[in-house]
Amino acid sequence: MSRPLLQVTDLRVEFTGQRKAQALNGVSFEVAAGEVLTLLGESGSGKSVTLRTLLRLHPEKNTKISGQITVDGHDVLSMSSKQLNQYRGRTTSMIFQEPGLAFDPVYTIGQQITEALLTHEQLDANEAKSRALQILERVQIPQARRRMDSYPHELSGGMRQRAMIALALVCKPKLLLADEPTTALDASVQIQILLLLRELQKETGMSVIFVTHDIGAAVEVSDRIAVMYAGRIVEAGTVGDIVSNPRHPYTKGLLASIVSHENKGTPLVTIAGSPPDLAHLPPGCSFAPRCVRAQIKCLQKQPEFETVASTSYACWNPEQ
Amino acid sequence: MMKDNIDHPQPQYQKTKGYWHAVLRQLKNEPLAIISAGILLVLIIAALFAPWLAPADPFKASMLKRLMPIGSPGNLLGTDELGRDMLTRLMYGGRLSLIMGIVPVFSAFCIGTTLGLIAGYLGGRVNMVIMRILDIFYAFPSVLLAVAISGALGPGLSNSLIALTLVFVPQIVRVAESVTTQVRQLDYIEAARMSGSSNLSIIRVHILANVLGPVFVYATGLLSVSMILASGLSFLGLGVKPPEPEWGLMLNTLRSAIYNKPYIAALPGGFIFITSIAFNLLADGIRSAMDIKK
Amino acid sequence: MMEHTNTFLNSEDRGGPAQPLLLVKDLKKYFPVRNGLFSREKKFVHAVDNVSFSVAKGKTLGIVGESGCGKSTTAKLIARLINPDSGKMVFDGDGVVEYGGIALKDFRKNLQMVFQDSFASLNPRLTIEQTIAYGPTVHGVSKLDASKQAKDLLERVGLEPEQFANRYPHELSGGQRQRVNIARALAYQPRLIILDEAVAALDKSVQAQVLNLLQELKRERQLTYLFISHDLHVVHYMSDEVMVMYLGQVVEKGPVDLIFNNPAHPYTKALLSAIPSMDPGKKTLKPPLEGDPPNPINPPSGCRFQDRCPVVKELCRNATPELKGVGDTSDHIVACHLAEERHI
Repeated sequence: MSRPLLQVTDLRVEFTGQRKAQALNGVSFEVAAGEVLTLLGESGSGKSVTLRTLLRLHPEKNTKISGQITVDGHDVLSMSSKQLNQYRGRTTSMIFQEPGLAFDPVYTIGQQITEALLTHEQLDANEAKSRALQILERVQIPQARRRMDSYPHELSGGMRQRAMIALALVCKPKLLLADEPTTALDASVQIQILLLLRELQKETGMSVIFVTHDIGAAVEVSDRIAVMYAGRIVEAGTVGDIVSNPRHPYTKGLLASIVSHENKGTPLVTIAGSPPDLAHLPPGCSFAPRCVRAQIKCLQKQPEFETVASTSYACWNPEQ
Repeated sequence: MMKDNIDHPQPQYQKTKGYWHAVLRQLKNEPLAIISAGILLVLIIAALFAPWLAPADPFKASMLKRLMPIGSPGNLLGTDELGRDMLTRLMYGGRLSLIMGIVPVFSAFCIGTTLGLIAGYLGGRVNMVIMRILDIFYAFPSVLLAVAISGALGPGLSNSLIALTLVFVPQIVRVAESVTTQVRQLDYIEAARMSGSSNLSIIRVHILANVLGPVFVYATGLLSVSMILASGLSFLGLGVKPPEPEWGLMLNTLRSAIYNKPYIAALPGGFIFITSIAFNLLADGIRSAMDIKK
Repeated sequence: MMEHTNTFLNSEDRGGPAQPLLLVKDLKKYFPVRNGLFSREKKFVHAVDNVSFSVAKGKTLGIVGESGCGKSTTAKLIARLINPDSGKMVFDGDGVVEYGGIALKDFRKNLQMVFQDSFASLNPRLTIEQTIAYGPTVHGVSKLDASKQAKDLLERVGLEPEQFANRYPHELSGGQRQRVNIARALAYQPRLIILDEAVAALDKSVQAQVLNLLQELKRERQLTYLFISHDLHVVHYMSDEVMVMYLGQVVEKGPVDLIFNNPAHPYTKALLSAIPSMDPGKKTLKPPLEGDPPNPINPPSGCRFQDRCPVVKELCRNATPELKGVGDTSDHIVACHLAEERHI
């Protein structure tokens, strides 16, 4: 098992339009084939921006991107439009938080899945249709044959989410990007979708990058977790390590502020303050102003990412 | 009590003065809008101060000086078919034309917004009654409607103003009702209802300010339409009567001169054209400025 | 005249400590489904169908359930934002459904609500101070006093008045906006606050801050909360009692620890086990419930949970279960034919 499926090196993304922001400040990570990585973070951490950059979804005009992204040997940042069209949907695919977003309301889901197939593979109409039916059945949509002819608005939230997964997987991508796919769902449906994703991943062997702010969802689905804050990865490791032995103070604070009834009656542990303004990041470590373990060095110099055993973190004064 | 939220010193928070100030500031980035505003300003000042600025008497005819070309000494823009100075008549004409452009839109704005707020806020039967009645008017093309109402009321300035107002009210009510219906569903209106305040107070404090914006943008777009319709009415003899100077009327009376002195015959039309475009570009600019703010 | 100093004057406690602050009986609200002008068959969404419960003074009642269960509609009914088709509401001993006009306006001071969408809850054209001061002015407080009150409340919820009073909603973060919404509710000096998914849209770390604030305020001002949420962890932490709703009906209610440790209704059990596991060694293997939460249009006769219930019996399809006490306690009630058999 040699090279990783995905390799991101020192990715920096800056938005220069109306709302200026340094969204990503040197993000580096790898994903092996068949691995599920969760990008964990809150609003403004850069997790969604990372996904969108992997598919080059940002408008060219007001976005400055530097660094390197290699997926299955291809250099994503230097792809031409034609190459991008081949890449999107085929090599890498994405599912979103709002299932309605992926579908055009005036076409049936059967039509849209078939269209995706015909764009990427050489099939005739009938083959495409039966493949579409197959994938709809695989994502456990009941009465799939009838649902092929349904419009997106005729499906419930959970169904739409499954249909969106079908659309994303029909061309057998090697990498699936999932942007908070279960956040808007009811608990009972959420767990169904999480388990479905886990099954599909094992079956197809694809790699998945899962973005969420819900640690529980991350634990159910992933092998490794990378915690993001203010556009950088602050800690990364296996799920077990992160959850039981966090090294970075932010990770620790995040885990501690999980609401649990065990603390009933006592105030919850909180991380003081609020996330920084991405247009005016402080010098040094972005988390330092809120960190209980901050030292002078933290305010002056940005910590480097180092790897100790199987965990990596960027902190001058990590937890022990 | 522990203050557990330490707010970062947010740098550069200009003291926000309010929505309209921000829009004005944003307007600086719209060069076309600024130029248009400038042109309109010149026209309005010329029209307003015509009695003091105009070189001649708009009614003083002279059979000797008929249809003098542009650039004649003493008559900068020439004279019309009755020998009256064009520049003067255009300046005086601007008064009536601008009035016929602005007044109906302003009246329709007031009436239409009120009706739209009522229809949108109360919903149900009231909404249905108001909107369906207006639909009848809305079904006619503006020109036809304006001519029909004007014809029924008779010629004259005030009748034309009424006719034009009636043409625009349904359109503005549509926009106002639509925005009101959207705003009404938002949570802050529910919160306002939970305050126990009367419906009128809620409309006044919470809904009005949010509806005025979009309606204002739509109304400014109507200014040019109103001017052109008004000129059309005068051209057809339904608006102002001669010898009153008014651009549309001047187009009519100068028709006969179109073969020998086409430039002079075209002058009133040119002014209508420029004013309409200026209104439109200004409206576009304001719309852009308001969009970006959002 | 309302006071704006540090004495927190609630409207007087009329019923005494034993009287529940809010008592709701047989609330019903059906919404007609528009099927076009010519359709004969009238369909109704049974949004709230015979819901009864009470909330004790100074306690927090958590309401949980999935989409379509009727918790938001119930909140709106209690808030008198919509009117029930039938049913009674008694607030501290006074029947409230009959209120209209001036009595209703006066009553509104007692009961306020914080909504889920912190941005849509604030008028974008008003400053924060104006938003908070609006409520008191409706009830006769002078503009000057209301302003001062607003600034005091901003301080109490942790937002510096000098910095925040003159800002507009779009300049604040989600957590800050929700604090403003809480301040706005407090300005009426209410006795009951309905929190309708008030922290659902916030980041977890911000959520913790806001929850702490809510608990502090509850103690200081003897508030009673109705805490609606889909997040079971949060409900467990915040509530004293919890009520589970399904398809417009109450299926279980009782002290929170009892319900969470020993749920009686199959639906409650399923909901609790649908929470993702935090232990990587013990991942969930099978989803406890299949399919989507159903639509409350023309629900089936008998128990409404029959189509998804893992232990459904013939009896369940024929007879609608009623809310009965579990074991000897009357605190814990459940609507399930099979509960009695399984429990003791």
